[in-house]
Amino acid sequence: MTYIAKPKLHHPSLVKNKAGYTRRDYEGAVSTLCAGCGHDSISAAIIQACYELDILPHQVAKLSGIGCSSKAPTYFVGASHGFNTVHGRMPSVMTGANLANRDLIYMGVSGDGDSASIGLGQFAHIMRRGVNMTYIVMNNGVYGLTKGQFSATADKGSVSKKGVANSDESIDLVSLAILMGATFVGRSFSGDKHQLVPLIKAAMAHKGAAFLDVISPCVAFNNHAGSTKSYDYVREHNEALNRIDFIEGREEITTQYAPGTMTTVQQHDGSWLRLRKLGEEYDPADKIAAMKRVQEGLAAGEVVTGLLYIDPTPKDLHHHLNTVEAPLNTLNTPDLCPGPAALDKINASLR
Amino acid sequence: MKALAAVNDFVVKFANVNGSGSASANELFARSILRMGVPVSPRNIFPSNIQGLPTWYEVRVTEKGYLGRRGGVDMMVAMNPQTWAEDVQEIEPGGYLFYDSTKPMPSSAFREDINIVGVPLTAITNATYTDARQRQLFKNIIYVGALSILLDIDPEEIKKLFGEQFRGKEKLLDSNVKALNLGRDWATQHLDPGLVKLKVRRANSVGNRIFVEGNNAAALGAVYGGATVCAWYPITPSSSLAEAFQAHCKRLRHDKESGKAKYAIVQAEDELASIGIVIGAGWNGSRAFTSTSGPGISLMTEFIGLASFAEVPAVIVNVQRGGPSTGMPTRTQQSDLLSCAYASNGDTKHVLLFPEDPRECFDFTADALDLADRLQTPVFVMTDLDIGMNHRLCEPFVWDDKRAFDRGKVMTAADLDAGKTFGRYLDVDGDGIPFRTYPATHPTKGSYFTRGTTKDEFARYSEEGAVYVRNMERLQKKFDTARKIAPQPLRYSSPKATRYGVIYFGSTSPAMAEALDHLEEAGSHVNALRVRAFPFAQSVEDFIHEHDKVFVVEQNRDGQLRSMIMNEFTLDARKLVPVLHYDGTPITARFIAADIAKKLAQFKVVPFEKAAS
Repeated sequence: MTYIAKPKLHHPSLVKNKAGYTRRDYEGAVSTLCAGCGHDSISAAIIQACYELDILPHQVAKLSGIGCSSKAPTYFVGASHGFNTVHGRMPSVMTGANLANRDLIYMGVSGDGDSASIGLGQFAHIMRRGVNMTYIVMNNGVYGLTKGQFSATADKGSVSKKGVANSDESIDLVSLAILMGATFVGRSFSGDKHQLVPLIKAAMAHKGAAFLDVISPCVAFNNHAGSTKSYDYVREHNEALNRIDFIEGREEITTQYAPGTMTTVQQHDGSWLRLRKLGEEYDPADKIAAMKRVQEGLAAGEVVTGLLYIDPTPKDLHHHLNTVEAPLNTLNTPDLCPGPAALDKINASLR
Repeated sequence: MKALAAVNDFVVKFANVNGSGSASANELFARSILRMGVPVSPRNIFPSNIQGLPTWYEVRVTEKGYLGRRGGVDMMVAMNPQTWAEDVQEIEPGGYLFYDSTKPMPSSAFREDINIVGVPLTAITNATYTDARQRQLFKNIIYVGALSILLDIDPEEIKKLFGEQFRGKEKLLDSNVKALNLGRDWATQHLDPGLVKLKVRRANSVGNRIFVEGNNAAALGAVYGGATVCAWYPITPSSSLAEAFQAHCKRLRHDKESGKAKYAIVQAEDELASIGIVIGAGWNGSRAFTSTSGPGISLMTEFIGLASFAEVPAVIVNVQRGGPSTGMPTRTQQSDLLSCAYASNGDTKHVLLFPEDPRECFDFTADALDLADRLQTPVFVMTDLDIGMNHRLCEPFVWDDKRAFDRGKVMTAADLDAGKTFGRYLDVDGDGIPFRTYPATHPTKGSYFTRGTTKDEFARYSEEGAVYVRNMERLQKKFDTARKIAPQPLRYSSPKATRYGVIYFGSTSPAMAEALDHLEEAGSHVNALRVRAFPFAQSVEDFIHEHDKVFVVEQNRDGQLRSMIMNEFTLDARKLVPVLHYDGTPITARFIAADIAKKLAQFKVVPFEKAAS
């Protein structure tokens, strides 16, 4: 970490996006994480994604649990509200926040301990409810703040910094999210900004439960030989299924590509995802195939990355609950209170 | 033999098998008496079971309007062979045993000091119906018919109730009237009308009061109080509250044009998620509540602490019950006071409200939503199974047309543009309550990061000791503000000056009122104070100082309210005399009056040395 405060004045030559903000307007406080921490790269990718999407910074609500990853929301989009909740329970708080105001952009940030260990139950349930959000797990397989214990995503047989091998089966959050009904599921690597930024943008444009598992090496406790979440290991075993380009707007894509090298998916909000295939045939709209491919990757020891599954026309929790279009937190006494006349009728029915 | 005789003042208890359809017949019995202008106070005593285990329904008929449980049974309607022996045992001497006499019973099964009323219910039923389920259901209506003859209940009132219940279902209406008449005809032909000397006589003692369950009332209070988000997890005895909220919202909270819902209800995966959803919604500016019971509170405890420290409004209705696991939990208690008042890690104290009946369940739930916003903290409505799951006669609901939700101190975009200083944890008014902003209020001003403890007045991260202490002192100041704005205690003074007082709260209220009458009649004068909220008002301490001894009546083993009083005030603990009832049955006036009388007698005993000198 650095102790040098960020300058508040921006250079006048910084380029503004359509919303009138520079990239720096999407930054947050100075990170207190370790130098080289993968989480800081992910924060930078989130900043880049928000800038490129022309998001109004205050329209974002950032929620997190407890842990190194959960500190990260302080380090991006400083002009928005954030909530550092309790360990493993961010999903329920984000669900409630989303119910209160359906118009904001919800960004849930969590870690592998927070989401796969203590918070596995809430992780599963927020996916099955279809909360409209982007849920990012900064996955390093280890507890950082408590100094190096295994988390539930640590691979079986991987070795801790102290030389102990993990004997427990690991939990694959990507498989779980697909199984639980998330409608946008991807995996990436904190060291691969070109893959990560478009994935975050596409996830934020997705009007349903979007989940990104981002492998994010812990330089302090899990970046050694024998770790399967180290920079070296992930680079060697990264099996990217596709590269996506995120394109806003409703115009049809006209650029020509060689047949078989590209597919497009249109999301419900009109945005396009252009998927450049890398090698094998892979259709991310096919849920069963996605589950099969992810499992094959796990069996082969690959870190399968890219957009793994997408339902381009998702239904979210507000759809299921048939709530009014106006955010519930804008409704007041006249909208909500039935008044004395209705109460008299109720009284009469209770005699 | 002695035969108990009473008009409009007796207790009938029905002993049934769970799942036999008896509940609606028994409720019909209670309502028909109510429709004759005579107050009744019914109570369910039910097992953790859907079918097969014993269940009881106790109806107190009370023209005087004593709605607490009286204790003792004047007539037992013994429909459950499994509990026959204990049911027969419970009848007062001179009381009545009403039973199904189809099968002859040995004389040893009865008592000599009670009056036996046999009606061959099974024989009548089997002679009329062939279908097994019909036999079971109509047997219940047939005993209501027979009882209506014996107790002089007006059959027209029962028929009117059928008419309301089966509106548009004429076939059901006719078959129920037929079953009712089967019981009435048999009783008229075979029984002496003077056999039972307990009678119902038309009166005018009900007035415009309503008959409603506390859970239903609290749910309506949540609708009127503007709750838009409800998250809950099924747990007896609170489930019917969230279900009632859903039912009320379906009728009252859909947009007329679009048909869309102005509310969101989530049945969560557990109580941790329920309270998390409530806190998320509260943080984001929606009024939100959950309903639960003791074990749910245990699970929510970490979150409750976060909401208190992070100053997020939340309303938790706790329908209290007996201890952990299953069984006793379907019985009533007031045993979660300590676990709610001081829930969570760190220095935490929370606001609790204690409704006495469904009317106050309605009022306090709506008030709790205002208080939670005003104080920016969790507020508990501490009801219990006795209030929550039983129909209780109470004053009708009232709502002032001019009343608007008190959303508390919320800074708007206009405030921020006008240059008002926004410090999320800054005490600007001296009441300990800071201003907050909802997320997305303003593009450049008013955003902040919400954390538990580690922050300064402007929500900046700080681990400094002095900053922490300043915040904790402000929270204490806020708690003192709560002391003033929460519902204040109500005092009932004895007509004569006395050195004795009694403090009570919640569902003990009707039994206490009756016990005070008994004590007064016996020449024991006691002043009473009904506590309605925690933190306690100053008047609670004043009341204690005013008396030599103060009884604290509670439905728990450890005297939890008494502990809290001792904790909050500087007092001589010996002044506070516990009166405790916690066997899972609702407290009775008989118990309270007897226990207080016994203790008063002990205080009045002249010490031996003094007497001898």
